[in-house]
Amino acid sequence: MTKPSEIELSRRQLLAATGASVAAATYPSAVAAQASTQTPSTARVSFTVNNTVRKLEVDTRTTLLDALRENLRLPGTKKGCDHGQCGACTVIVDGKRINSCLSLAVMHEGGKITTVEGLGNPKRLHPMQAAFVKHDGFQCGFCTPGQICSAVAVLDEIKAGIPSHVAADLNAAPQISNAELRERMSGNICRCGAYSNIVDAITEVAGRKA
Amino acid sequence: MKPFTYQRVRSPAEAVAAFGRNKNAKFIAGGTNLLDLMKLQIEAPSHLIDVNGLALDKIEMTPDGGLRIGALVRNTDLAAHPRVRRDYAVLARALLAGASGQLRNRATTAGNLLQRTRCPYFYDTNQPCNKRQPGSGCAAIGGFSRQLAVIGSSQACIATHPSDMAVALRVLDAVVETVKTGGVTRQINIRDFYRLPGDTPHIETNLADGELITAVVLPRPVEGKHGYRKVRDRASYAFALVSVASIISRDGSGKVALGGVAHMPWRNETAEAQLPKGAKAVAENLLSDAKPTEHNAFKITLAERALASAISEAKG
Ligand SMILES: Cc1cc2nc3c(=O)[nH]c(=O)nc-3n(C[C@H](O)[C@H](O)[C@H](O)COP(=O)(O)OP(=O)(O)OC[C@H]3O[C@@H](n4cnc5c(N)ncnc54)[C@H](O)[C@@H]3O)c2cc1C
Ligand code: SF4
Ligand code: FES
Ligand code: FES
Repeated sequence: MTKPSEIELSRRQLLAATGASVAAATYPSAVAAQASTQTPSTARVSFTVNNTVRKLEVDTRTTLLDALRENLRLPGTKKGCDHGQCGACTVIVDGKRINSCLSLAVMHEGGKITTVEGLGNPKRLHPMQAAFVKHDGFQCGFCTPGQICSAVAVLDEIKAGIPSHVAADLNAAPQISNAELRERMSGNICRCGAYSNIVDAITEVAGRKA
Repeated sequence: MKPFTYQRVRSPAEAVAAFGRNKNAKFIAGGTNLLDLMKLQIEAPSHLIDVNGLALDKIEMTPDGGLRIGALVRNTDLAAHPRVRRDYAVLARALLAGASGQLRNRATTAGNLLQRTRCPYFYDTNQPCNKRQPGSGCAAIGGFSRQLAVIGSSQACIATHPSDMAVALRVLDAVVETVKTGGVTRQINIRDFYRLPGDTPHIETNLADGELITAVVLPRPVEGKHGYRKVRDRASYAFALVSVASIISRDGSGKVALGGVAHMPWRNETAEAQLPKGAKAVAENLLSDAKPTEHNAFKITLAERALASAISEAKG
């Protein structure tokens, strides 16, 4: 049987091969260009994606999500709702997790963006990716890149002492508990309901780090 | 989305000047509400002025012991600020009860104040909505109104304001600082910031066109136990059906404001004076003019119970 990581590998290599030659070209985003009567406006933007500087000229309407998927051919980041309601599009920008669907590409001039492809690859999995595999933290896998980016950032947020809604004492250092992780991960919806395994995966990584 | 031109600005003066040159312009901060609405063409600016480069991302002490919060401070950073956690816990709690970690990392103080209603008919562009399209009617009246307002609404609109942060700012007597074209600055008490829908539900605040929010100022901290009780359909990542922001002293007196019930955070000082008598007395006074629909009448009971919970939590 083929392991999920192998499918991922071949898909990624294929996409990398097709994507490399077009990295700096202009692609009007399919979504951005829909149903318009006025003339679209374009703008240049340059940011670092997974440690590589990327320069783009995009329709100003292009979201960061569409720029990553369509223009830069990094399809790891997923489009679930496109309205901030599911977390599938979560990426880490300048050290913070955000919904890439509710941000414009042109707003990230000089930014440092990490997508799931940048965290690790099938040969060198990020500890969080490995823990998701080990704990079955997914079923269909659609929400998974967003879950993983979010989970990595959540552990940094806890380390930085950022409080959460379930904190009994706002002034105490946050702890890694089931309740804390569930609350902090609530912006990532999983239609397959892999939640308890996701929390197990994050807990393991947190334990290893501590 | 409709096409738009895009511009980054470096100073508040540049921002308001840019607005003056582009009549159909909008400021964009985190973008988490504006882009959502632009995708549905509920908002359709032809020019976006990106205010993220304004150096308005600081939280500073004011000379009288209060706090000045820059308009661009992210919701996460505001909730995590040591002084906010210690002295204005109602605000930290309200912020942390809102949206998700990802959204709070982008959402700004000014953007949060100016986020628009979550009325389902406002979002459904096939439906009449006086707020989205003045004069078209209101599909919520007689429609599915479970989430909508029970008080202060009008024949034209029964929407609520969705911000949790604004409810906390209302009990804190915050002041919004702005700058207009020509560099004119002013301070607006949060009490006078929002408007009831009346005949003009599309006008939600008393800000002028192109007026830029530069900061929100909190007065010196108020003694008492701070709390934010939010009741919603799921435990996290959902808007309030009813919420209570409260600061309650040991003698039982204090300040309370309700969210999820009106077109603005709902507070009244006469009702507040009833606090030592308990939740029922406060709720009866605060919601005496309520005109709920058959779908949202439950909010009246819910508000009283949420108040009771806030009061008992404060007694600890
Ligand atoms: C799925 C989802 C769930 C959410 N849940 C909650 C919740 O539970 N509770 C809650 O309170 N909120 C919730 N929100 C809303 C969120 O808090 C707002 O989207 C956010 O606070 C808006 O801030 P922003 O900086 O992104 O604003 P933007 O989208 O950038 O702007 C919003 C508005 O403010 C204007 N504006 C921005 N900055 C300025 C300025 N300095 N001066 C003048 N005008 C300005 C813009 O022109 C625009 O009209 C949710 C949002 C989503 C998508
Ligand atoms: S309640 Fe207000 S926002 Fe909702 S449909 Fe009616 S007019 Fe529009
Ligand atoms: S695709 Fe961005 S939150 Fe759903
Ligand atoms: S694994 Fe299928 S949506 Fe989460």
